Parts: sequence; C-alpha cells; structure tokens
Amino acid sequence: MSEASAILALAHRDFIKLLRDRQRMVADFAFPLIFIGILGTSLQAGFGDRAGGLNLLDYVFTGVLAQTVWQSSALGLISLLADREQDFSQEIFVSPISRYSFILGKILGESLVALPQALGIIAFGFILQIHIGPDQLARMALAMLVIALFGGAFGVIVLANLSSQRAANQIFPFVMLPQFFLAGIFNPIQNLPLPLDILSHLAPMRYAVDLIRDAYYGSTSPVVLSSATTNLLIIGALFVVFMVAGTFLFVRAERNR
Amino acid sequence: MIRVEDLVKRYRKAETNAVDGISFQVKAGEFFVLLGPNGAGKTTTISILTTTLSPTSGGATIDGSDIIREASAVRRKVGIIFQRPSLDQNLTAEENVRFHAVLYGIFPYAPTYALMARGYRAKVEELARLLGIARDIHKPVKTFSGGMRRKLEIMRSLLHDPKVLFLDEPTAGLDVPTRRTLWEHLTEVRRTSGTTIFLTTHYLEEAEEADRICIIDKGKVVSFGTPDDIKRDLVEEYVLVDATDRSALRDELARLGYATSGGAPFKVQLDGHSVHSMLRSIETPLSVVKTHTPSLEDAYLEIVSRTGE
Repeated sequence: MSEASAILALAHRDFIKLLRDRQRMVADFAFPLIFIGILGTSLQAGFGDRAGGLNLLDYVFTGVLAQTVWQSSALGLISLLADREQDFSQEIFVSPISRYSFILGKILGESLVALPQALGIIAFGFILQIHIGPDQLARMALAMLVIALFGGAFGVIVLANLSSQRAANQIFPFVMLPQFFLAGIFNPIQNLPLPLDILSHLAPMRYAVDLIRDAYYGSTSPVVLSSATTNLLIIGALFVVFMVAGTFLFVRAERNR
Repeated sequence: MIRVEDLVKRYRKAETNAVDGISFQVKAGEFFVLLGPNGAGKTTTISILTTTLSPTSGGATIDGSDIIREASAVRRKVGIIFQRPSLDQNLTAEENVRFHAVLYGIFPYAPTYALMARGYRAKVEELARLLGIARDIHKPVKTFSGGMRRKLEIMRSLLHDPKVLFLDEPTAGLDVPTRRTLWEHLTEVRRTSGTTIFLTTHYLEEAEEADRICIIDKGKVVSFGTPDDIKRDLVEEYVLVDATDRSALRDELARLGYATSGGAPFKVQLDGHSVHSMLRSIETPLSVVKTHTPSLEDAYLEIVSRTGE
C-alpha cells in the first residue's frame, strides 16, 4: 500500500514540476513543431504527388508524435543521472521504498510529462488541417500512453549503462538518431535492404511508431507494418525486460561506484 | 548506535582508497562529528552508512541493522541532510514535506494538501509554526532564504523519527549569521528529540561542542575522542629557551627534570607545568624564550598538513 502511495507521489511530483516550469514546456514543444511544420509540410509540397496517394504530412505527423512521446519519457528517466546529486531526487535514493517502485513511479511521472506534449502536437496537427476523427483520437490516446511507458522503460536500460549526464549527452545522438530513420519517422521502411531491415527490427522506437500509425491509419493501411497485437506483445515484453534488468543494473552501478 | 568496522572504499578506477580502513563507534544520543579537510572521505563514509554506496570491504551496523544486508531497515532508521540542497525549488515547502512523508510510509498519498490525512496536516501546521513560516508554507521553496531551506530540510528529515540524523556539511555555502541560527536550531532539535547526530564538517569550531570527534584525513582516522581528549592528544605545548651559556642551561634543565630534545634553542616540553613556574625555576640567564601553545585549530591544521606530506 505504501509502495503504491509512493509510486503515485513520485509520478505526481514530475507532473507538478513540469506544470511550474514554463520554459521547459515551451522548449519541449518547439522541436516537434519544427519537424512537422517545416519538414512535413515541405515533403508533402515537394513529393506529395509522387507518394502514391500517401499524405506525407500525415506520415511525418504520426511519426513525430510517437517519437516525441517515446523520447521525452526516455530522456526524463535519463535525467536521473543529473538529478541524483541535486533536488529531491537525493531524498528518493535514500528513502526506504523499493528501487522498483522508485523506477516505476519515475516512468509513470515522465509519461505524465510526455503526454501534454503530445496534446500540443495534436493541437498543432489540427491547425495544419490534418484530419483526426474522434475514434482515431481515442485509439491514439491509448497508444500514446503505452508508448510513453515504453519510452520510460527504454530510458531505464540506457540509464543503467551510463555513469554521468555527460556520458548520456555524448551517447544520446547515437542511441536516438539512427532510430529516427530505422523506425521510419520521416522515411518509409517497408522495403529496406536486409542489414537495415534487421537493425530496424532491433530499434525499439519502431514498435512505438508503428503502434501510433496503426491507431491513426487503421490496421489495413499499407503504411502499418505489424498488427497492434504484435506490437503490443513486443512492447510489453521489452517493457518488462528493460524495467527489471535496467533497475537491477542501475541500482548495482549506483552502489558500486 | 553506529558501529563501523574496518571500512574500506576504493572507487572504481581509483588508485587509492577514499576510505582506508576506518573503525569507530557512536553511542545513542551522541553528537558525533566526523572532521576532516576536503577529500578526506567524509561524504564517502556517510554515503556508505546511508546505504547509497557499497563498501569495498569492512562493514557497519546502525541500531543493529547491517548496512549491506538490511539496507531497507537502515534507510528507515536514518535521516539525511545532504551537502547539496535536496528540496525541489518549484514545489512548495508543504509539497516537499508531503513527498517525504509518503516515501517513508508515514501517510498515504493524496494529490492536494486538503485531501491529506488530518494527522499530516496537524504535523505540517506544527512544523510551519516552529519554523515561523506559517504564511509561506504553501509558497515555492525558491522564495525561501538559504538558511530557511536548510531548516526546512532538517525538520523534514525528522518527520519519520530517525534514530540517527546524518548531516553532510550542512553549513557549507551559508553566511555566518545563517550558520549561527542554523546551529542554534540544530542544538534545539537535539535537545528536544534526543536523536543521535552524525555531522561531517571541515570547520573545526563546529566540532567543539561535540560529544566526540573523529578526525579523518586521506581516508584514515587521525584522532578520536572528546574535544578535550583530542586537544590533549594533538596539542603539543612547549617552550623554546636559549642562553649565552648553553651548557649551563642544558645542565640546569636536566637537573630540574625537564625533558629537552635536540640542540639549542632547547625545546622544553611543559607536560602540564605552567610556563611561569618553569621559567621561575631556571636561574641561568636566558637570551631567548618562545612559547608554543597552539589552539585546537592550529593542532588540527598541523595534523592535516602533516599527513599531507
């Protein structure tokens, strides 16, 4: 009971911190808006008529939506590296709650932080006149929640293998950028050469993006790679592995400095 | 209350031990000070005792709980004030307190103050009154002064009635008046709660009121005992004397039973005699008299610079 209470408290803390940090909210929105507004719009204007009926703006929009939510909650977890020596995070490290509760609370909290960003992106989508029906919106909302939790778990496994925020900043482009392209945020990945296809299947972000596209386009669309069930099974399995192995490794690395 | 045995910590990739085989004990209710210069191993020791860092070898118990095998029990029994502030600046004082209370399982969580348990609200009101921040308890912590934040941290850390309160250089970075009021606050806390206090500092004057002091440097215990013990142990009082007729002076000092060492000027150990009585007993005309009666601070600096060589 007190563990559940602690998890809720940790999650709520992250959310309140976001609400009171206006600068961060603005900064968090800027990046996806540039991707969708400039890249998406220009791709559609330039190549739209050669895309075989596929609207490239919609394609980039759904990709960036998944990527933003997933990456935001992953980054939130990795920020523990910097936070453990300042603010309340120090208190959490010495508190008697289980380390798994601590990480779970943090994942939940960073998911709550990622979701308002998604709302902002969707609002922007409406401005760009991307058509999103109520049923699509409902399916996407559920998918985003799953993706946020999944991104958080991915953050834990990255976190567990890094020693400092500096290391995180250096390694981050190598962990994230390739996934942008392997997961097909901007580019089609249906017909990849075998080596890239293997790498694409190994990129966790792929399943997050595909889940959102399934929610948006529907399972029969040629844009969707795997069924929602398959994606959910893979995401569920990876979540458990990342979360359990990540927490274990992180705690061990923390104590055996 | 605390029993530390042959504790060793070597950080990965480090060539020397940050903590190098220290042992000491702290009794219940004691005000214990771990004193040492920067880099002596104080924070490392506190991190190990509060279970956030594993020792390389050796071990410790707190109130009978082993810091390695019973980490969770140890965490429940200790409170910690970190070197760096551990309050969330954007959260209110009350929210900071609330998260602490929930993490320690004292009260179940509710998203707003009004929804929290009655007992919790009573406790917060009392706390706010004690700190004189009744009107500001729902304001963000960033509007508070540095000293006030520290006090809030101390009050918060006592919420779960810890057996031992660890304070890791709590006055670092505070100005002198703030340090003084914080100190008074801590004295008051000790008097009312009876909590064992484990403080690290590199300010000697903060150690003078301690029940016992352990001085460490380069990861080793240099001196241990009450402030008086340490003074006796560390402070070497002597008088340097010299005379034109050195052989007469040497003979006279030997006849009077004073231990001298080396050549002229002669270093006469006082061994409890007063300088005055020693000088009166000497009849040989003296050409030089120099007294050496260092303060505890001088002694501490001497010790620390000696091990640094």
